[in-house]
Amino acid sequence: MQSRSLNVAGEKKHSRLRSVVAAVGLVVMSSAGLVGLSGAASAQTQLLNVSYDPTRELYREINQAFAEEWKAQTGETVNVRASHAGSGAQARAVIDGIDADVVTLGIPSDIDAIVKATKKIPADWRSRLPNNSLPYTSTVVFLVRKGNPKGIKDWDDLVKPGIQVITPNPKTSAGGRWNFLAAWGYSHAKDGSADKAKEFVSALYKNVPVLDTGARGSTVTFAQRGLGDVLPAWENEAFLVLDEFGRDKFEIVVPPLSILAEPPVALVEGNVDAKGTRKVAEGYLKFLYSDKAQAIFAKHHYRPSKAEAAKPEDLAALPNLKLFTIESLQGNWDDIQKNNFDAGGLFDQISKR
Amino acid sequence: MRSASLLPLKQASVLPGFGITLGYTLLYLGFLVLLPLGALVAKASGIGLAGIVAVAVEPRVAAALWTSFSISLVAASVASLFGLLVAWVLTRYDFPARRIVDAIVDLPFALPTAVAGIALAALYAPNGWVGAFLEPLGLKVAYTPLGIFIALVFIGLPFAVRTVQPLIAEIERELEEASATLGASRLRTIWGVLLPPLLPGVLTGFALAFARAVGEYGSVIFIAGNLPYVSEIAPLLIVIKLSEYDYTGATVIATIMLAVSFAALLVINLIQAWSRRRFGHV
Repeated sequence: MQSRSLNVAGEKKHSRLRSVVAAVGLVVMSSAGLVGLSGAASAQTQLLNVSYDPTRELYREINQAFAEEWKAQTGETVNVRASHAGSGAQARAVIDGIDADVVTLGIPSDIDAIVKATKKIPADWRSRLPNNSLPYTSTVVFLVRKGNPKGIKDWDDLVKPGIQVITPNPKTSAGGRWNFLAAWGYSHAKDGSADKAKEFVSALYKNVPVLDTGARGSTVTFAQRGLGDVLPAWENEAFLVLDEFGRDKFEIVVPPLSILAEPPVALVEGNVDAKGTRKVAEGYLKFLYSDKAQAIFAKHHYRPSKAEAAKPEDLAALPNLKLFTIESLQGNWDDIQKNNFDAGGLFDQISKR
Repeated sequence: MRSASLLPLKQASVLPGFGITLGYTLLYLGFLVLLPLGALVAKASGIGLAGIVAVAVEPRVAAALWTSFSISLVAASVASLFGLLVAWVLTRYDFPARRIVDAIVDLPFALPTAVAGIALAALYAPNGWVGAFLEPLGLKVAYTPLGIFIALVFIGLPFAVRTVQPLIAEIERELEEASATLGASRLRTIWGVLLPPLLPGVLTGFALAFARAVGEYGSVIFIAGNLPYVSEIAPLLIVIKLSEYDYTGATVIATIMLAVSFAALLVINLIQAWSRRRFGHV
């Protein structure tokens, strides 16, 4: 009785298996047909730019400008898609196999992580494009509530007792890492001591009531939830808050000294060769250094590498302050990432109770 | 008779299809549940048992695991208690808009968890509708462990309600009336007549709410504050480990969570089986 019913089941399974195989075959064939069709219908090239969180508005405009430029130059239609999320998460997506043609991330160590994990980007990527592969830079400024009720002027004010600082978790956010490094660098510049700098960031993070996972999350906590007295933020993000939430609610405080934030770009060589998009992707990266793109960067409150290409009024809107590079203080990016943010690094040490 | 049927694999049934349904069940469970979980454990076991223990006792990991499991336990208990009450009211009483209230119970199921988290954070933040009233009392909810608790009760409620509702509907009113006419006090009627048959349902609801709460990420992350050692949940620590490209560390925490959850659910199932035997119901 039992064996019979199992046999029946076996036969049924076979027939089911057959129908599954047939179904899978159909799907494969039809999707292959679709790919063939779309390939034949237009000579449109798809380019994927995997970027970090606050650049949505920026790359929407850049991508459109590039498509027009490329059409005018070569007659080819190119469609650039941009993907946005936290910088670290995006690096991980590329490592896990997303077919990015170019990466435009928030911090060099995220591109280094792709280099180490996949070899899809050559180790010397920084020297392959002008200005250390930085078409634009940025910095960290303070966003405070209108009228600056707590009188925040400089980094020292952020460690005062009773001040609440809203900043994202440096483990999960590139913006959070720039804030951390900026605070460390400020203290180091003032006292010239790594120990003092550690004490300084430790005191600062004691004033942090919420660690959001991304820079946008911190912005929302500060601007919409009304939490905290000061938000150290990407300069472009701070301007965006003024535009979005109103200049009557917030104002920007520019510290005399801050960090030169370096969001780099790179060609994902392993992917473009596989996809046959190398020429367009290289053209795209080159376009980022063109006068047209540089002007767009300045318009969105990033600091263009070629200042003369930007509109004077956009440049004038960017505050004047002294900027330091973190490499000048802490050496190469491998060490910066390892000593500060990897497991057991400085951030882990100061978050211990 | 039933207990004797453990040995032969299949019971005589008027319906055919034991083989194909069992095969399908195993295949389905294998592909959808065991394969990904197996891959997870395989990745984690790369560092050996000693390595797993080392990760588990890391102070920050231990703190996050404690936060996740302890708050989930309390939240699931509270959700079960109030879920029972809600289920009772919805089943036993008739009032205007009962159907609508009944449908509202399911909303936490349907809402994307991130939306729930943002909504709760907006409500309980110091400038929110509720938070503004609690702030002068010195009560901080958003961005504290209390916020995590609120979010977990919120997402756990439908489980607690839906699992006991059909059981309440099954209880015949005559039982209560008989209990009352036989001279039992009201409390005794609740304790001795009404609750025993409901217990398996309450436990199932508790188990589901607890399991969901332990794994919850989206709604908690927006209201927790996410401070290490204070309001950092284990799932966030997994995301943080991933951000450090520490895949092994992430899978190890996940495996620990899986093991603890499995043990907890097993215990709950055993209690449930015991309560069924004890009260001979359902």
